[in-house]
Amino acid sequence: MKVLIRGGRLIDPAQGLDGLYDLLLKDGKVADVSPAGKGKSDVATVIDADGLLVIPGIIDIHTHLRDPGYEYKEDIESGTLAAAAGGVTAVACMANTKPVNDNAAITQDILKKAGDTGHVRVYPIGAMTKGLAGKELAEIASMKSAGIVAVSDDGMPVVSSEMMRVGLEYCRPLDLTVISHPEDLGLSAGGSMNEGYLSTIMGLKGIPRAAEDVMVMRDIALAQLTGAKLHIAHISTAGIVSLVREAKRRGIRVTAEAAPHHFSLTEDAVKGYRTDAKMSPPLRESSDIQAIKEGLKDGTIDLIATDHAPHSTIEKDVEFDHAANGIIGLETLLPLTLRLVDEGVLSLTQMVEKLSVNPAAIIGVEGGSLKKGMPADITIIDPEMKFKVDRKKMKSKSKNTPFHGWEMKGKAVYTIVDGKVVYKEDNYD
Amino acid sequence: MLKRKDILGLSDLKKEELELILDTAESLREVSDRDIKKVPTLRGKTIINLFFEASTRTRTSFEIAGKRMSADVINISASSSSTVKGETLIDTARNLQAMSPDVVVVRHASSGAPHMIAEAIDASVINAGDGCHEHPSQGLLDLLTIRQAKGSIEGCRVAIIGDIEHSRVVRSNIYGLKTMGADLVVAGLPTMMPAGIEKMGVDVAYSIDAAIKGADVIMMLRIQKERLSNPLFPTEREYSIAFGLNSKRLELAKKDVVIMHPGPINRGVEIAPEVADGSHSLILDQVKNGVAVRMALLYLLAGLKQGDN
Repeated sequence: MKVLIRGGRLIDPAQGLDGLYDLLLKDGKVADVSPAGKGKSDVATVIDADGLLVIPGIIDIHTHLRDPGYEYKEDIESGTLAAAAGGVTAVACMANTKPVNDNAAITQDILKKAGDTGHVRVYPIGAMTKGLAGKELAEIASMKSAGIVAVSDDGMPVVSSEMMRVGLEYCRPLDLTVISHPEDLGLSAGGSMNEGYLSTIMGLKGIPRAAEDVMVMRDIALAQLTGAKLHIAHISTAGIVSLVREAKRRGIRVTAEAAPHHFSLTEDAVKGYRTDAKMSPPLRESSDIQAIKEGLKDGTIDLIATDHAPHSTIEKDVEFDHAANGIIGLETLLPLTLRLVDEGVLSLTQMVEKLSVNPAAIIGVEGGSLKKGMPADITIIDPEMKFKVDRKKMKSKSKNTPFHGWEMKGKAVYTIVDGKVVYKEDNYD
Repeated sequence: MLKRKDILGLSDLKKEELELILDTAESLREVSDRDIKKVPTLRGKTIINLFFEASTRTRTSFEIAGKRMSADVINISASSSSTVKGETLIDTARNLQAMSPDVVVVRHASSGAPHMIAEAIDASVINAGDGCHEHPSQGLLDLLTIRQAKGSIEGCRVAIIGDIEHSRVVRSNIYGLKTMGADLVVAGLPTMMPAGIEKMGVDVAYSIDAAIKGADVIMMLRIQKERLSNPLFPTEREYSIAFGLNSKRLELAKKDVVIMHPGPINRGVEIAPEVADGSHSLILDQVKNGVAVRMALLYLLAGLKQGDN
């Protein structure tokens, strides 16, 4: 089956392209890239991309699909539908399911279910330690054979430095990236928001920036010691941006990600005890946002990932300090990232690098380019489309978003995976 | 009358509102001195004391306040968190609303819980203490006590000493006292001093002697070592040596200084018995004023709703 995407603005940093092109897809691959107007028109399906952006499919390497075990919050079907609606063509899902994805059988189950019900590609991330308990290594090599793309105990830090060292060493010859959720559980204990004046007047226990910074310092030291690939998840502090920048300068193999909420919202979002703005790490202050933006701009922060973390009302309509951490993010990732382009923080090319090129490289999967022969995973964006975020219309099973009611500009109007349209915005023909 | 549905804290109460509450409390104080301690003001009104956290003093004070005004007062002791029952806090609130109370008085170990309940129901909500956030009726009774003792709150130097970080009493007092024109210093160990407290407009001291010098009012806070999972000081003995208020230290304060404490006191820890029971102490006046202030709050929220008869 052939599809022609006609006349869109193709942005593909890997080929050095930014201009108007026709893109021919055939049998799930990119068959041809030609200047606009030159593409063959004897094709059954033609997508008119005039005025639209055509980019390599967005890859979100930090999602919680909650499946197996917490299907009342999200499952592979609903989570990947939310991804498709957000223009995301592939998600890497964290291991903190029930049971934990710490062995090949669970990895296979996830991939089987993704094959049966998924709307976009699903790449499982395996636990580093059994049961995320931080005591003994999970069967990482077996999971790699089954299909994991990275290793992480995300949701929990690896408390023991020795355990972290062993994990990094074990993963080095497997060429698997270890994703660190940096949090010193002693410093963060009992905390439910950023520590500062606001936590003081709200009477909530704060989480100091140091709770993250000290763990990043440790993990960078261990990455240097082991030579393994370390990836720092969900940067929330200015301190980490500096630490990662310095580590990269010293040649240590470290990469990092930021979530849209950490560059879009300050701690003010929790005022009024809004549990939809409670997350780990917490929202911080404008100086942190500024540092994260600088880190994205200068390449210190390699990519943007959602940390999509669905929770139901039973976890969120409760006392603030009892409420679960996390927000959904797949359907707001793209418009929030486009705001950075509007602000001049990122060029469109850099945006594509953060959303597609670098994520593919860090987890070692195909994608990130629309070169001839690459998988036909494509996000087509109407950069001018305005819409209001309405949690009731979101595809995720859970509705825990602090962006409800926000006016956004820029939306994925076609999401294409393997050459097939898996999501199409209404009124786009 | 108060033009608001709820009393969730003193942070947003204006000076006129504080004065109205204090004046009303002053006029209701004498009800408790009568032989027949009852007025019909709140007859037919339903008040629910919804306490998610153990409390004797505050719950009893609200109960007596309601009963002296002839309201029907129901006490509910709920488990510490709604989540253990499998229903949310909002579910709990809506269930209560379905029984048509006029006022729900909420005590909760979690900061913000009364705010969430207030948003979910039509009845008035009075915060009777939430986590480390606010305890407005305590703040108000402290204002009343200081006003009675000093004639005016404006210009008073008030020293609050103890575990500042974990005290909801401190936050309500800072808001109320600042609005009424007092000058404040908070003092305690650095391990129990919350981030950014100086931005609330108070002086910060790490020595009790520095704090009480020149103070018109000294407010001592209970040290709750047993409630801290990770004690922030080595021993009560060492704390007492550094921050306990005894008669020797009291010599540093003004001659007419008054001593307050939200209770229950730890005799011999933050306050020496001779000070707690001494002539400067207003601790029992605070308790008496507590009933009057709570009568005033209930009256001003529920009393004149229908037709101002």
